Amino acid sequence: MSVRGLTKRYGQVEAVRGIDLEIRAGETFAILGPNGAGKSTTVEILEGHRGRDGGEVRVLGVDPRRPTRRWRARIGIVPQEAQDVAEVTVREAVRHFAGFYPDPLDPDEVIEQAGLTESADRRVSRLSGGQRRRLDVALAVVGRPELLFLDEPTTGFDPEARRRFWDLIKRLPGTKVLTTHYLEEAEVLADRVAVIAKGRVVGEGDPATLGGRAQAKTLVRWADGEVRTDSPTATVAELTARYGGDIPGLTVTRPTLEDTYLRLIEEAV
Amino acid sequence: MTTVAAPMPSTLSIGLSRAAYELKVFFREKDQVVFTFAFPIVFLVLLGSIFAGTMEGVSVSQLYTAGLIGAGVLSVSMQNLGITIAIEREQGMLKRLSGTPMPRTAYFLGKILSVLVIGVVEVALLLAVGVTMYDLRLPSDAAGWLTFAWVFVLGLTAGCLLGIALSSLARSDKSASAVITLPFIVLQFVSGVYIPFNQLPDWLATVGYVFPLSWMCQGFRSVFLGEAGAVLERSGGYELDRVALVLGLWIIGGLVLCLTTFRWKSRREG
Repeated sequence: MSVRGLTKRYGQVEAVRGIDLEIRAGETFAILGPNGAGKSTTVEILEGHRGRDGGEVRVLGVDPRRPTRRWRARIGIVPQEAQDVAEVTVREAVRHFAGFYPDPLDPDEVIEQAGLTESADRRVSRLSGGQRRRLDVALAVVGRPELLFLDEPTTGFDPEARRRFWDLIKRLPGTKVLTTHYLEEAEVLADRVAVIAKGRVVGEGDPATLGGRAQAKTLVRWADGEVRTDSPTATVAELTARYGGDIPGLTVTRPTLEDTYLRLIEEAV
Repeated sequence: MTTVAAPMPSTLSIGLSRAAYELKVFFREKDQVVFTFAFPIVFLVLLGSIFAGTMEGVSVSQLYTAGLIGAGVLSVSMQNLGITIAIEREQGMLKRLSGTPMPRTAYFLGKILSVLVIGVVEVALLLAVGVTMYDLRLPSDAAGWLTFAWVFVLGLTAGCLLGIALSSLARSDKSASAVITLPFIVLQFVSGVYIPFNQLPDWLATVGYVFPLSWMCQGFRSVFLGEAGAVLERSGGYELDRVALVLGLWIIGGLVLCLTTFRWKSRREG
């Protein structure tokens, strides 16, 4: 998938101002950014849900401005939180959606994979928030997509439901494109991330090295002081010797993805 | 990936699957089922009891049966689709479906087929009430049933397309019911459902002539009242060729309107 110079305007507002992205087959790519940064607009353009004003876009070799049924069968979309499918059971919903595709997976296997086997005969309207989102994933993957879009999939989740959801996503094959404003989510799931702010990409790379994060100094903090250093192990050894054992209140931290992210966003403003 | 691409499922098979899904959802919403079917029956019983006499030799309750079959068909088609599609649009169902390889035609096919089934049930109930309570005569020959069938199918299709087009007028799922219900009630009054057509002022009757409901009702009157009822028509007789023509024009116009105005996303999403 490649995006070059993508722009999109709503009236006077330039929502996307020249975005370039290159997403490789098989990777999980996260698009991070504050609300209103242009994440959802960008993803909707890639999904074929929205037109664009400028730029070159290729998704699985096709311009998503003109989606075909064949192309649609190769992508899966997990929409932002939805209440639409309601008075049918989980199994009925997954079976119904499977019928849209030329070569679908076995609906019961998909339900099992989504961890919904016990709720398979329950009405969708009675599912919990986390189950409901796992159903959205099941509906999106039943057609065996090569590429899966997830737009802010875990908004409003409790931590346990979020972890279960991540496990499910990690096990799915294929290329995945994810938007999120949870940095932990990007760190757990993504091979690479792009940070979008004000309609532009302000940082891109491996979550571990994004924005020079790996080169940044480590902060060593203890009860009586703190120091930023390139060699935290030596510092800790020295402190151990000084205190003759346990160092009171010791913490050793690398800049978190959040620190890096906030710096990138701030620099963009 | 070197596998030979499996064929895409046909639009017809997906349309049938959509129809089955729509019917399942419809019949599970108990309130909706009860009120959809009850509406014309309650009105028929009310009006049939209040106006028990005859008008120019025609039983008024039979006149109401014919009119309310028309209103019932419009209710399950235009009103029902106008509201449910607006809700589906707001709740994201349409957007979700448009992100799948489901052909868009299959969605409309599913809607119309499911409405056809609901409409058959509705009309059967009304006929049962008409026959048992008001001595309604069912057509005795194949020609009568044939007229009934084509008026029903054309009227229902026109109503569906009108409902699909109207669904785009509502700004939100909450306003949909109000937005669709007013034109529905007005149409019934100007189309001879409650007030016989020959008692309407000319200008109102003219308004009624524009819309499909009055023609559908005329078709049903020709089937159930027969020649005895022809005197009640403004033109002094039934004009079935015009019924077919106007309903056909509405189907074509409705289709164009749907194709040009239908939105798969809600307004707030632009």
